[in-house]
Amino acid sequence: MSDDEVTPDVVPAGTPTLDVVDVRSGMFGASDGGDTSGFGGLVRTISVAPAASRPYGGWFDEVADSLEQAYPQFSEAIEKVVVEHGELTLHIRREHLRDVAQVLRDDAALRFEMCMGVSGVHWPGDTDRELHAVYPLLSFTHNRRIKIEVSCPDTDPHIPSLYEVYPTNDWHERETYDFFGIIFDGHPSLSRIEMPDDWPGHPQRKDYSLGGIPVEYKGAEIAPPNERRHYS
Amino acid sequence: MTTTGPYDTQDLNDAPDASGDPYAESRPTADGRVYTVSGGDWDAFAAEAAEMAEGSLVVNMGPQHPSTHGVLRLILQLEGETVTDTRCGIGYLHTGIEKNLEFRTWTQGVTFVTRMDYLTPFYNETAYCMGVERLLGITDEVPERARLIRILMMELNRISSHLVCIATGGMEIGALTVMTIGFRERELVLDLFELITGLRLNHAYVRPGGVANDLPVDGIEKIRDFHTLMSKRVFDYIKLCNENPIFKGRLVDVGYLDLAGCMALGITGPILRSTGLPWDLRKTQPYLGYDEFEFDVPTWDTCDAYGRFRIRLEEMVESLRIVKQVVDRLEEAGPGPVMVDDPKIAWPAQLSIGNDGQGNSRAHINKIMNESMEALIHHFKLVTEGFSVPAGQVYSAVESPRGELGVVMASDGGTRPYRVHYRDPSFTNLQAVGAMCAGAQVADVIAAVASIDPVMGGVDR
Repeated sequence: MSDDEVTPDVVPAGTPTLDVVDVRSGMFGASDGGDTSGFGGLVRTISVAPAASRPYGGWFDEVADSLEQAYPQFSEAIEKVVVEHGELTLHIRREHLRDVAQVLRDDAALRFEMCMGVSGVHWPGDTDRELHAVYPLLSFTHNRRIKIEVSCPDTDPHIPSLYEVYPTNDWHERETYDFFGIIFDGHPSLSRIEMPDDWPGHPQRKDYSLGGIPVEYKGAEIAPPNERRHYS
Repeated sequence: MTTTGPYDTQDLNDAPDASGDPYAESRPTADGRVYTVSGGDWDAFAAEAAEMAEGSLVVNMGPQHPSTHGVLRLILQLEGETVTDTRCGIGYLHTGIEKNLEFRTWTQGVTFVTRMDYLTPFYNETAYCMGVERLLGITDEVPERARLIRILMMELNRISSHLVCIATGGMEIGALTVMTIGFRERELVLDLFELITGLRLNHAYVRPGGVANDLPVDGIEKIRDFHTLMSKRVFDYIKLCNENPIFKGRLVDVGYLDLAGCMALGITGPILRSTGLPWDLRKTQPYLGYDEFEFDVPTWDTCDAYGRFRIRLEEMVESLRIVKQVVDRLEEAGPGPVMVDDPKIAWPAQLSIGNDGQGNSRAHINKIMNESMEALIHHFKLVTEGFSVPAGQVYSAVESPRGELGVVMASDGGTRPYRVHYRDPSFTNLQAVGAMCAGAQVADVIAAVASIDPVMGGVDR
């Protein structure tokens, strides 16, 4: 993903809910040299699924209704609801994360007893929401799955810890801290888990180089994967 | 360990070894007296430790200990022989697979994920490919035959993985015969893998859109032979272990973790089922059409290491049942495509064995090199550039032999994965060591860890 600023005017009028991830131009990944193909002028907007509107379909509405009932500040806590590939994702403001998770776990109509950990994603182009954390939840009682997603800016990488609600997140939050530098406030011992304790930087961030080295094979040198041409 | 005495103390240097400790020899040097500590008398050490005010001892076990299932480091706090606290040190096998994925095409990703949990390569591959297919929106277009072959390989893989768990778990509690026969049978499964995929451990066989290759001509026959043999041999384990008093003495009531503990710690797989909850994603949230096959979900209600052992044994029997049904279906259906019918996604060639090893089939090479320039361009673009996957995010999960293997996958619309995160069951289940071992004996730690069956390749990725 390039570091180009996301320009809002490339989004077609009438679709303000599209979440633009990136705007790419050209083809074949080559930006130097002459453009003999004519494809160099191609501009494409990359966007992720927009916020869904009611009805979400199936039991998704039941979950949303139950949460709205059990958590009065619903509209304030939920940034947006996304339905894609048959999955319901609730984007939650980080201030409300812990309380919403508690309700999701304990309310009889929701009962998401198990959290499948936390996965970080770094979107450098998503200004002021660069770091995302995704928590897949599972309900044994209702045999349902949802995801909750929280974001925080690079300049203030703090998200409340869910350790007290879901103790399984102990190691998962340590892993996400290790790889992305997200600080989970309230975690009992937030330390590195996979990388050595004195490792500088957080390796899974997009601004952290892969650090590959060229390989020579039968006289030819093959560039490291992070320096090879990449196609848009 | 070498310690150096103080400088300029010639008299100290010349003095006879004051401690007289037979385990700490010393010799005078120019820099002072040097002590070489080469071991110790456990009784003396324990007596000294007993005198200490805390009365507890921190012992480091691993990461190179033969009974820690790979490079797992356990930090045990002991009071006498009783374990009061256990912590795990992991990360010794971290290889940055998730980071590397982001610099390869979606198809090349399979080659990386197969190396995560190296005892369950087909589960890693299938969970990944199911995620990619959902992002592409082609889940329903994957051919029937590819779907069946995936199930077949996964169930064979479940047998080989459980065999390793039972074998190494047996070895760690001193049952060496269980280890030798376990690896004997696993070898048969690996031979099947080699026959079908060309490789024994890391296959890259399941690809986005299907599988790399159809079964070989004698594949069905060889699987049937294995099925017949294994259906008999699985009873060897039952006869040898189930009522074995030593086996039961080491496993019953060891590594106790009840349902509430499993829920809180996110534990899935045989550990969860040993609490009596029949939670198996193949039954509860069927994927790839698992609901078309007849099998049971074995459970146990003792919440202990013995129950987990029995569940794994019974799961091997159930997997053999599924293998039989899949093979029947494959034979009945006859040959057919194993890759999605979309030239923009499907790998253009089938694999075959040439005189220089495995590679693209001769027919395909002949076509692109001699007949069709367009086919060559297409091949080149698909291999170097890959296909782009629409932007989005999915969570795809399969029931691996160790529990729920989930993949959180994000695409930014490019030809390379933007972020792939594996929720590996070994990683999560290993958090239960502390709860399972508190108050137990040191020897029980070994049995408890073996009953979790962590694979460090999956834990550290």
